[in-house]
Amino acid sequence: MVEFTLPPNSVINKKGKHFDASEGAVRKKEFRIYRWDPADENNPRIDTYTLDLDQCGPMVLDVLIKIKDEIDPTLTFRRSCREGICGSCAMNIDGTNTLACTKPIDEIKSVVKIYPLPHMNIVKDLVAEMTHFYQQYASVEPWLKSDSPPPEQGERLQSKAERALLDGLYECILCGSCSMSCPSYWWNGEQYLGPAVLMQAYRWIVDSRDDAAKKRLEELNGTFRLYRCHTIMNCTRTCPKGLNPGRAIAEIKKMLATQKSG
Amino acid sequence: MKSKYQIIDHEHDVIVVGAGGAGLRATMGLAEAGLKTANLTKVFPTRSHTVAAQGGVSAALGNMGEDDWRWHMYDTVKGSDWLGDQDAIEYMCREAADAIIELEHYGVPFSRTEEGKIYQRAFGGMTTHFGQEQAMRTCAAADRTGHAILHTLYQQSLRHNAEFYIEYFVLDLIMENGACRGVLAWCLDDGTLHRFNASITIMATGGYGRAYFSCTSAHTCTGDGNAMVLRAGLPLQDMEFVQFHPTGIYGAGTLITEGARGEGGFLTNAEGERFMPRYAPNAKDLASRDVVSRSMTMEIRGGRGCGEEKDHLLLHLEHLGADVLEERLPGISESAMIFAGVDVTRDPIPVLPTVHYNMGGIPTNHHGEVIDLDGSGDDGLVPGLMAVGESACVSVHGANRLGSNSLLDLVVFGRAAARRAIELAKEGDRQPLSAESGEQAIAHFDRYRQASGDTPTSVLRLKMQRIMQNNCAVFRNGEILSEGFKQLIDVWQGMDDIRVTDRGMEWNTDLVETLELDNLIRQAMVTLHSALNREESRGAHAREDFPDRDDDKWMKHSLVWFESDGVPRLQYRPVHLETLTDEVETIAPKARVY
Repeated sequence: MVEFTLPPNSVINKKGKHFDASEGAVRKKEFRIYRWDPADENNPRIDTYTLDLDQCGPMVLDVLIKIKDEIDPTLTFRRSCREGICGSCAMNIDGTNTLACTKPIDEIKSVVKIYPLPHMNIVKDLVAEMTHFYQQYASVEPWLKSDSPPPEQGERLQSKAERALLDGLYECILCGSCSMSCPSYWWNGEQYLGPAVLMQAYRWIVDSRDDAAKKRLEELNGTFRLYRCHTIMNCTRTCPKGLNPGRAIAEIKKMLATQKSG
Repeated sequence: MKSKYQIIDHEHDVIVVGAGGAGLRATMGLAEAGLKTANLTKVFPTRSHTVAAQGGVSAALGNMGEDDWRWHMYDTVKGSDWLGDQDAIEYMCREAADAIIELEHYGVPFSRTEEGKIYQRAFGGMTTHFGQEQAMRTCAAADRTGHAILHTLYQQSLRHNAEFYIEYFVLDLIMENGACRGVLAWCLDDGTLHRFNASITIMATGGYGRAYFSCTSAHTCTGDGNAMVLRAGLPLQDMEFVQFHPTGIYGAGTLITEGARGEGGFLTNAEGERFMPRYAPNAKDLASRDVVSRSMTMEIRGGRGCGEEKDHLLLHLEHLGADVLEERLPGISESAMIFAGVDVTRDPIPVLPTVHYNMGGIPTNHHGEVIDLDGSGDDGLVPGLMAVGESACVSVHGANRLGSNSLLDLVVFGRAAARRAIELAKEGDRQPLSAESGEQAIAHFDRYRQASGDTPTSVLRLKMQRIMQNNCAVFRNGEILSEGFKQLIDVWQGMDDIRVTDRGMEWNTDLVETLELDNLIRQAMVTLHSALNREESRGAHAREDFPDRDDDKWMKHSLVWFESDGVPRLQYRPVHLETLTDEVETIAPKARVY
């Protein structure tokens, strides 16, 4: 028998605190939330909160804020725009990575389970350590690279059709939901760039104003950087903005394949 | 420094606090010039609230019809209700085309015309020939222009290797002998405290919409920089001018861009009447935001509001057709479905005027240098301190900002501030910090870290937000304002009895929210006080007891200090009517009709 040593703080105490704030409620709902505080030595725990949905806004973020405001001010999570555009509140809700601010509670049938983005180092409660993800984003040099200087007067021209190629790509909010849903990224995240970053690399490859496509493709061409994508497609299924990183990765692979043969 | 906290010291040429559009544009320019630049931001840069700007950024490019920056300047002065400084407005409108073309060269994915140029749409208050025709001036990337610009500016900052301190919450300025020497900041990730020493500190900390109960602003819009300036004993300017955006989604408060009306959308009341032509016969639904928000409030007060409570109005887009909506307004189509359950191709969106933007802020000149009054009441500069973006009051927006002038403000003055800071930093007068530097900031931090009163932060915050919502709204009067101010004093005094539950140093958001509340309550108090003081109606400040604009008495900026005992103190600065160059003449005050 092989024996594994579990990493520190990986065993979750399922019996955390229980808070019931649903007295007299017609619509009761139970929320089970992952808690871990770096300030103490304890393993993570799951706290349970029973709430009255008639006293709460419609989204999962409304619940988190209600708990923080009225029950437990120590509950820790990122949030900002509350309208699905800043990407702060990505977390795992009901088994799926998504944004708490645009996830309606009503879509979840039974108990609502809320965890941080999976397979990430946790800083505290629902706050995941994102630094490596951001470094990978920077590593694809996600800015316009042109061989020619811009025109003296006016903008670089781009046809409507050329601009349309960027639709479905530029809208990414870097929330990380897709990458953190990808089993390949879970296993090889140190080297595999993951769907979010690969889609942003592709966004520049297909921008008609950018001249570095060949170089960008060369940089991506590697067993680990690109080809850890096994078209599992969790990325596309989970994207809270309805984007399709899986397709972008497939396009990159196709470009590399046709480039080689041609 | 003797302290129970260990302090990590840093030295830079320039530090920028905040990584929204203005902060990133400044950071990028500084890094490009090779200055040792640090950007300190409480959220990862692309999570800053610029990301939520939708409709676009104004510039007289003339891609979709004749245009001239002078017409843009006229519109901005008129929109400001003649409280904007005409030298700064001239600078902004003249620089607009260059600044926007530069953004395109950086890679912003603007929507395009048939010729492949930047697409431009109609926006409120934007005209040609000095008020004659509707202008097509607002450059757009669908309805995600802020997102497109913010991400591009972050990318350019990466390209120039700017140094970011992400999820660092700045606590206070370090002021010595009247000059800013840097800031003290708290790293949320590991809970350490950091002292940054720099020749120049640029505040780019945004607005304080969260002083209100309902706003389009993000949770993080708490005007931290404004409050730091108040705590440093420096004034804020024109804080009574708070913009209500006509179309926040009813209930949720999230934004529906003015570009929706720019593309042909219109408002109706409970009788199905398109009411805006009654209030603004020429501009109709594309009148300036203050005008539309007042008209909507009048409709609701007149009993013509929609819904069971007769408390909102309807924004119609269904006649635009699915193709136009999908191409030009995809983001708000999605928002309307998520937050109002409305399919915009079939049904109108329930909307309500919602707090959106602060015209007031840290007074600066058009280079971004912070202004304080000297002993004789004249303008003086605060050495080492600059401000840009919504936290600054240059003043280009005066009493009312035009839609799409905000993103322009960010890039033009972010750029201008970088240029000025490069000149100033060359003079190389970075003064080393004394051993005690930053002690006040640490005392401020520690006061709340140990706070063990009886009132949770959320309770006091809600109280303040309700007061601002009820007592300092679209229409104001002396009685309601003074009542509100009295109630705010209770909240201010309540800060002594606040309770922080989380005692940790790492990612203690209970403490972050408490420090933010301290920042908000100061701004709420000076806002209400300035509003009570200004006995006239101008732009977004509509006094029912003083319904007219009074140029003789009130064509001046309010400067407000917040004394340590919690009492605001007011003084004034003249409005700059003179222009910057002789390429354009002063736009003389006249009645403002749309």
